Amino acid sequence: MLLQIQTPVPKDIPLELPLPEWLLVTLLILSFLLHIIFINLMLGGSILTIWAQIKGLKEKEYDILAHEIAKTITVNKSMAVVLGVAPLLSINTLYTIYFYSANALTGFAWIMIIPLITIAFLLTYLHKYTWEKFEGSKRLHIAIIGMATTIFLFIPLIFLTNVNLMMFPEKWGAVKGFLSALMLPNVFPRYFEFLGACVSVTGLFVVWYNGRRHYPFEEQYSVFTRYDVKRIGYSATIIGLGVQIFFGVIVLFTLPSKGIGYDVIAVMIAAGSFLVAALWWSYKSVTGDKRLLDARFKRIVMAVIIFMVLYGGSRQIYRHNALRKHQELVAEHTKAFQKQSKEAREHPVEEKEELELDPSLGELAKGSALFKQKCGICHKRDEKLVGPPMTEMAGIYTGKTEDLKSWIRQPGKKRADYPQMPGFKDQLSDEELNELAKFILSVK
Amino acid sequence: MDFPMFHLDWLNDRFLIAMIAILHVIINHGLAVGFIPFVTWLEQKGVKNSSSDQVTDSEWDKMAYKLMWTAFIITTTIGAMTGVGIWFSAALVSPSSIGSLIRVFYWAWFTEWVVFVTEVVLILIYFLTWKSSNRSLNAKLKHIRFGWFLAIFSWITMAIIVAILGFMMDPGNWQTERSLLSGIFNPIYLPQLFFRTPTAMVVGGTFGLMMIMLFTKKGSDVRNKAVRAAGKWILIWSPLALVAAINYYHVMPSAMQANMSTAIGTMEFEQYYTVLKYLIPLAICVVLIVALWAVIKTTRFKAYMALSAVIAIMAFLAIFERVREFVRKPYVIGNYMYSNLLRIEDYPLYKKDGILKHATYTSVHEITDNTKVEAGKNIFMLTCSRCHTTNGVNSITYVFERMYGAGKPLNEDDMEAYIPNMHEGRKYMPPFPGNKKELRALVAYIKHLQQTGEVLEGAQSSGVVINPDNSTTSVANHIEAEKRKTENKLVQKK
Ligand code: HEC
Ligand code: HEC
Repeated sequence: MLLQIQTPVPKDIPLELPLPEWLLVTLLILSFLLHIIFINLMLGGSILTIWAQIKGLKEKEYDILAHEIAKTITVNKSMAVVLGVAPLLSINTLYTIYFYSANALTGFAWIMIIPLITIAFLLTYLHKYTWEKFEGSKRLHIAIIGMATTIFLFIPLIFLTNVNLMMFPEKWGAVKGFLSALMLPNVFPRYFEFLGACVSVTGLFVVWYNGRRHYPFEEQYSVFTRYDVKRIGYSATIIGLGVQIFFGVIVLFTLPSKGIGYDVIAVMIAAGSFLVAALWWSYKSVTGDKRLLDARFKRIVMAVIIFMVLYGGSRQIYRHNALRKHQELVAEHTKAFQKQSKEAREHPVEEKEELELDPSLGELAKGSALFKQKCGICHKRDEKLVGPPMTEMAGIYTGKTEDLKSWIRQPGKKRADYPQMPGFKDQLSDEELNELAKFILSVK
Repeated sequence: MDFPMFHLDWLNDRFLIAMIAILHVIINHGLAVGFIPFVTWLEQKGVKNSSSDQVTDSEWDKMAYKLMWTAFIITTTIGAMTGVGIWFSAALVSPSSIGSLIRVFYWAWFTEWVVFVTEVVLILIYFLTWKSSNRSLNAKLKHIRFGWFLAIFSWITMAIIVAILGFMMDPGNWQTERSLLSGIFNPIYLPQLFFRTPTAMVVGGTFGLMMIMLFTKKGSDVRNKAVRAAGKWILIWSPLALVAAINYYHVMPSAMQANMSTAIGTMEFEQYYTVLKYLIPLAICVVLIVALWAVIKTTRFKAYMALSAVIAIMAFLAIFERVREFVRKPYVIGNYMYSNLLRIEDYPLYKKDGILKHATYTSVHEITDNTKVEAGKNIFMLTCSRCHTTNGVNSITYVFERMYGAGKPLNEDDMEAYIPNMHEGRKYMPPFPGNKKELRALVAYIKHLQQTGEVLEGAQSSGVVINPDNSTTSVANHIEAEKRKTENKLVQKK
């Protein structure tokens, strides 16, 4: 019994959701889609840059390709960050207690995201703006983007751990820090699926980027043709899609049973079939007629986007299923608590501030008790505390009881090196002030 | 109460937020809101001052580009990430308050986000097309127009966020109306916006002046002209900043007074307030003198002068934000939630039942002599840890020892008398929410801290222990029992 770890039922924030839940969910899925596309491009771009730059050590053309992709990373990363705000806002609103609880339980890793990404961003700029300077020491230059990419590769793990942990309140009592939360099932398969997506989406981006009419391709490259570079793009897409499908299947089979339902499985399988279609079309493009390279481009992009929407949707359905029961309990608990709180507000416990009277003090007992309660935090008998000692008060006010009372009611500002004393106008009755004054002036 | 408590036991949780927020404000004001219009103005000057056969004065334009390059790199890295960082750190340290604010301000934040996305797109366009726009006069003029758009959007971003900051200090009518608009148009809003706008311009100009000294050659014509231009820019905005600061200084306390249970300014506040009173004119004077020198004695202007203006203005901004943070205490959301993340409306309940009973996470839910110190630890975490550590910055043993004598053993009775009244004398602290038994447990823990030097680990490292009273089993049972009761009543009525 003692060792059994309980599942907490926190109370929710007692303010209504600012918009209907379905709308929040829609905003969450759509804005997240936008965000993740740019994240894919940022991370996939970094990976592709490293690959191309390493190949570029031998073949100059690849170095040019690396530089061209590198230039897009810094733009995509800015978009990724700013587009991340809306899904963050929405998930915070929709799953306040779940998300923040997961954040706190993985707190160090969570806050490290900020400095780590800042460093990675600065590294990508350093890499981009020193291309010519590092012409002589390419390996060092590759190391720079290598460091940035390592950070980029690590950060998604923190996010995935958080969105995973938030779905399992029953695990919260067992988690001790980020690493133990990372080890919960389903984090790694999802992570590798995501990495596949980064590569496949970036592959498509490379195809589009090099196909633009205004892009001065021929000024950049001397050997590569547009066809060559696009082919590289499609190949990346094929590899990425392959990884996605492989790990997607693993994700499906390792999903904790808690939120699984036919709905989740159906949507996931539908999503997966679009991936398979995209993979098939990409393969056909690369192996088929040179002139028809781009014939299936739109189709592939559409399939990938539909996959993303469906996959995101299936995650949301899963989350919904997994948390539904718990959310009901939370809602009930919140209501019950608010009711209790209201009752307590309407019938506050009688708080007769019972003065502990010390009979040995005789008629000074009440004044002494009052002083201890109201003034003792700042005044002592014969030492300065926050305010002057009582001996000093007695020295000033002997024979001037009314002045003393009016000071206590509304103190002035006298001593330059002391702070301002708070007034007690509303807290002490005239009778109490008399008792207090009697006590203060009794001090010799 | 309802969230695992993240806690930094040395650095202090508030310090974490403050550090990130101050850095963000300095970058936002100095390199975006106030800087973009300055750079655009310089770019425009380059076009105006060039001979008719050129698009722009290319030396001058290069310098302006370098300023923009610096701002671009910093704002899109440290600037953007500290902005996100405020969210992240607030979510950790102050989840209930940020969670409440988000529910009230969802649309404001959503709008902010749309503006923000636009701003990023504009800054990308403005910066990345700078060089290519130098091909023709038309393209250049269009580019300059983008600069002004960008300046406007930067300003709108700030205008929205200031509404939220103002709200946290004084929710105004929101208490009764609970609507978004009443929250936005709280009484401090306009004075604060009026203050921040020219101040940002001054900061932007000062940062610009510093960069001009870094990026131009000594004695060059470009440097002299640019230094003079920056000086003028600062001189134009400073008087406005001063007037707005004075105005803000006057409206702040009366607005704050409404927040205070008894209408007396707190002592600590008084101190910060005094610092602010001297620092505002001092900082503005330093900046003014530097700017005057830049305009009048342009050729003898030195980098260290620009640097001293930068330091003065950064100190000013940091202190200003610190005061803004401080005057909010003891609330995180004025008159609604205290800085210990407890809502005022729930205090009577805590007084009645104690707080541990309602805490979702606590390792002790029944206080006995054996569990007293452990209970005190939980109570400390729930009621003091947002502002105090055990051994680090603003540690609880330190503040008590400072009062009762350093190194002397703390007296539990003294502390027990002090804590229930601490909010009277120390208005920056919320009242202690628990009951008598919990109070005794808390002072026992503080005493224990002094004796052992123990540290307190946050949920991020030691995890949480769930209060069995608030676990799924007991909550579900309780709800069922309640339902049965009401059903029985209905049956009886029939
Ligand atoms: C809103 C944040 C906040 C909370 C919550 C808070 N304090 Fe404080 N406390 C402060 C600040 C700020 C100071 C002043 C520190 C200074 O002057 O250096 C302070 C000072 C003190 C002092 C010294 C007062 C003096 O006169 O010098 C004591 C004692 C103290 N706190 C006890 C507590 C206890 C016990 C709790 C929990 C029940 C608590 N505080 C909760 C912010 C807080
Ligand atoms: C929060 C701390 C605080 C509390 C609580 C407090 N005082 Fe004071 N008191 C001060 C300070 C500080 C001064 C010095 C003010 C000055 O000189 O400007 C002071 C000064 C005084 C003086 C000297 C006035 C004079 O003319 O020099 C008297 C008398 C006095 N307090 C009485 C009281 C009594 C009675 C109470 C309780 C009802 C009380 N104080 C509560 C801080 C406090």
